[in-house]
Formats: sequence, structure tokens, C-alpha cells
Amino acid sequence: MAGRNIQAARLLGPLAAVAENPRLRGPALGILLAVLLIAPPALGSYATVILTNAFLYVVLALGLNIVVGYAGLLDLGYAAFFAVGAYTVGILTERFGVNFWVTLPIALAVAGLAGVIIGGPTLRLRSDYLAIVTLGFGEIVRISARNMKITGSASGLTGIEQPWLFGWHIATPRDFYYVFLLLAVLAVFISVRLAGSRLGRAWLYVRYDEDAAEAMGIDRVRVKLAAYIIGAMFGATAGAFFAVNLGAISPESFSFNQSVLILMAVVLGGMGKIPGVILGAFVVIIGPELLRAAGDLRLLIFAIFLLLIMLFRPSGIWPGRRAGR
Amino acid sequence: MSLSVIIAHQLVNGLVLGSFYALVALGYTMIFGVIKLLNFAHGDLYMVGGFVGFLALSAISGVVGSGWGGIFLAMLLSMIGVGCLGVLIERIAYHPMLHAPRLSILITALAVSLVLQNAVLALTGGQYTAFHTDLGFGGIHLGPIFISYNQMVLVATAAGLMVALEFFVTHTQYGRAMRAVAIDHDMCRLMGIDVSAIIGVTFFVGTALAAAAGTMAGAYYGSLWYFMGFLIGLKAFTAAVIGGIGSIPGAMLGGLILGLLESFGTQIPGIGSAWKDVFAFAVLILVLVLKPTGLLGKSEQERM
Repeated sequence: MAGRNIQAARLLGPLAAVAENPRLRGPALGILLAVLLIAPPALGSYATVILTNAFLYVVLALGLNIVVGYAGLLDLGYAAFFAVGAYTVGILTERFGVNFWVTLPIALAVAGLAGVIIGGPTLRLRSDYLAIVTLGFGEIVRISARNMKITGSASGLTGIEQPWLFGWHIATPRDFYYVFLLLAVLAVFISVRLAGSRLGRAWLYVRYDEDAAEAMGIDRVRVKLAAYIIGAMFGATAGAFFAVNLGAISPESFSFNQSVLILMAVVLGGMGKIPGVILGAFVVIIGPELLRAAGDLRLLIFAIFLLLIMLFRPSGIWPGRRAGR
Repeated sequence: MSLSVIIAHQLVNGLVLGSFYALVALGYTMIFGVIKLLNFAHGDLYMVGGFVGFLALSAISGVVGSGWGGIFLAMLLSMIGVGCLGVLIERIAYHPMLHAPRLSILITALAVSLVLQNAVLALTGGQYTAFHTDLGFGGIHLGPIFISYNQMVLVATAAGLMVALEFFVTHTQYGRAMRAVAIDHDMCRLMGIDVSAIIGVTFFVGTALAAAAGTMAGAYYGSLWYFMGFLIGLKAFTAAVIGGIGSIPGAMLGGLILGLLESFGTQIPGIGSAWKDVFAFAVLILVLVLKPTGLLGKSEQERM
């Protein structure tokens, strides 16, 4: 283990050293944010869109990280919550003309409810049952979206209006770059606060030893359900903004592959480690762009990479402690 | 068509579908029995089995033809080849993880599944592969009901494989060792059983059954696709859970029940074939909520 850590540290070491050092962390984050804030004019539209997508995945991956990394529950249907957010906003704004900002809390509530419905009965079961049930749930949501009239069947919803915020029409790719950057920063902030909270510590105990945690008075089903609901809300938020960004959504955006991609981001970077998960999100978005020449082999390369990570470095590529057990 | 004819037709369809589910569910349940792992790659091994069977048939059809005789031979070759692949996967990916936390091994299994899927995707370019056979369309008429010979051979083959498996598990030394390993690894070691070899045998047998189902499904439906293992993997898992995971008769029973439920379920007005898959998952969730031990499973309190 130690040898491997040293190897990885050589690659990401300086980055991790800065992130772990409390005196350097603040200024480093400030510089990073400042660069990201002033970058768009220099980036060109292609890079802006890719980075926007990466921010979207940071939100999704941090949401799934709460379920997988913090609470230790394998969710293979996370795209379902992403879909619930996107479709709630899409249907309400496009079919019923409701203002986007009104639909946002509704989308969160619906996703939370979906989390309770699917998690409530299954969180008591074996963890691998949960994985399959979430997989089935993800498929149910996608197939339902394909077959129902209100969701626009297979072709999905189009013409979702872009929102206004105090006279600012959020419409151009650059506008959305800033919106998703803000969302990503918010997601990081909430994740950090959650990890240190009473609930975050409860998740940690439950993940390491359920029985001991229960003996300490932690209601394991309740804290798991909390992780599930909070994760669902992250996904729904991402979905809501995803819908207005593209203006059109279709069921295939929320397939099993989508869930897998988000899970890859969490696992590659390092379950439970926020900088690792952010790095993972960037890897799964920018990696395929760099591998464009590989064509059909791209996904295979990623799958093999994931397998190698699990076999040789299950705590992810980000060096450091508190690995997902 | 009168109601009784529809029922009879769906009964036949359900039996065929159920045979596939049962064969795949058996491997799921056996592997779960010995190492308590949900092998997510199992459905993909069914898919690979279909492709290997197809390649084997293409290679030998010049000599033996591509009727049922040729298909049987191809199926045997596929079972051996893919069975070895199953053992290889277990050795490379799962064996080092046996004592790792459950979350890690589950994600590893998912990664194996993705590697298999995308390897076939890269090889086939994501296109459907036509599985040419000359099986004919003959059959017998029982009054208004038509049952094709293909359906009969298929169900009989599946039944034969299951009988052979039942014999293997209950009457051979390996089978006895397998049942012992499913109960307690450490105690088996003390009794002189080579646990890791038995796990290998289990992977071979379980995967070979999936490969047999894959070859037969390819020949029966006439096409192969890199993603065809995904849904059947999920449904076979559902079947295994209905029967009680870890229980071999349970997997057979669960497969048949799910096959019948599905073919009758699509006949209910308002459900239709578009909702067929939702129906299966709804059954899965209901079973897990109402009777998580399944029909023939033993009650088990286990936590992560």
C-alpha cells in the first residue's frame, strides 16, 4: 500500500500537498476560482462547453459521492434522479408555462420523494440488493420516460425555455458556464459541510461498522435514507439546469451508461474524497475528448482503466487518507 | 382468438423465456452461493457465450451443418470456452478482492461487465450480428395451438442441462464440496477442501450455463448484440431473487415464474410490450420488499 501511495504521490503529489495544507489551501482555491472566472473569453466556445459539462459532472459526482462515498451504498441508477430533475423542470416549464425558478424546488421535492420511495423499502436489505434495485429503478424511469406522452416519448421534450434571473437572460454557453461553475462551487461547499457534520460522521460510522454504529444510537436506516435523499437532490439540481441549458431532453440522456459514467467519476478519483471526486469528474469528461481518435475503443479503455483502479488502487487516483472502505 | 388459446400460447412463450432466465439465473445463484458476490458480469458472459457459439458454429457448420446438431456442438464449445473465461475473470478480478469490502468487489464486477460489453462493442462496431441457422419452421398443432420444434428442443435442452446440474450438485464430490463452500469457507479449509479450486469449478459451471443460454438464444432469435446481456442479467437476477438467492431449485423455479409472469403480463390491457421490462423490475422490487428471502431461500441476516 505504502509503495503505491508513493507512486501516486509522485503524479498528483504536489497538487495533493497543496490541497491538504491548510495554509495553502485557501489561496490555491482562490487562484483556481479566479482563473476559472476570467477564463471563458480566452477559452473559445469548444473549451467553454466542455468545461461546463465538467462542472455539471462535478455536481452529479459529488451527489453520488454522498451515497457511495459517504454512506457506502452502491447506487447504479443515479441517472434516474438526474432524469427526474430534468423532466420535472421540462414538463412544468414547457407544458404548463411555469417559471423555471418555481419548478426548481418542485424538482428537488420530487427527487427527494423518489429517493424515499425507492430507498425506504430497500435500504434495510443487503447492500448488493440495493445496487440491483437502483439499477432496475434507473431503467424504470428511462423506460417510463420513453413510453409516456407527457414526457414526449422517445423524442423527448424540446423548446425548454432558458430562464431569466433579475433581468439577466441565461442563454449563451458562457452564461451557462458561470451558472454551472456556481453550482459546482455550491456542491463542493455543501459536501464539505456535510462531511464534517453530525450526519457526515454518522455516515462514516455506518460505513465502517453498522452494528457498532447502531449500538452508539445511530439509526442506520435513517442516516442511509438521508444520504439517499440528499444525493437525489444533487442529481435533480444538475438535471434541472441541464434541461434549460440544452433546451431539449430525451430519455437516452439518462441511460444506464450515464449512471455508470457518474459512478466512474466517483470511483476513479477516490470515493469519499472531495478533490478526488472533482478530479474524477474532469477525467471522465475531458478524457474521452482527448481519446477521440480511439473511436469505439474509448469506452473500452475507460472500462479497463476502471478495472485496474479497482484492482490496484481501490482508493482512487487522488492520494491521501479516508479512502472509501 | 379465444382466451384459452391466448393462455396456451403465452404458456409456451413463457416457458421458452423462462428457460433462458432459469439457465442464466442458475449461474448467478451458484456464484452468489460460494462467494456471496452478485456477478454483474454474468449477463455479459451470456452475451459473450452467444458470440462464441456463433463463431464456433460458423467454423464447424461446413462439416456438421447448422441445424440443431451443429448448434449443440457449437453450444458445447461455447460452454467450454466461456466457462474458462469465467474462471479467468474470477482469478484475475475477483480472487484478489475476496476479502475486500463489499462495495469494492461490486464495483469490480461492474467494471468487468463494462470491459466485456465494450470489448464486444469495439469488435462488432455496435452492430447486430445475424445468427444464421437452418432450423426450419416446423412444429406440431395441438388443436388451435402451434408449438414449434425449436421451442420444444430449446425447453428440453434447458431442462436437460438443469437435470445434469442437479445431478452434479447432489451426487458428485465437487457438487458436495460446492455446497459445503457455500456454507463456510474456513471450515471447508479445515476439512481439506481446496476452496479456491471449488470456487473456480463453480465459476466454470455457472458461466457455462449462461453461455449455453446465450448460444441457444442467439440461434432462436437469430441475432446477437453487445448489449443483449444487460437486460437478461437483470432479469435473471430477478428470477434468482424470486426463487431465493443461493438456492439452485429456486433459480429454476424463479426463471420459469418470471418468464410466465412476463408473457402473461404483456397481455394485460394497458401494459403491452413497451412496458414489459418495467413489469419485471416492478416484480423484483415487490419481491425484495415483501419477501426478500424468495420462495425457496433461507432466511439470512447479513449486513455489509
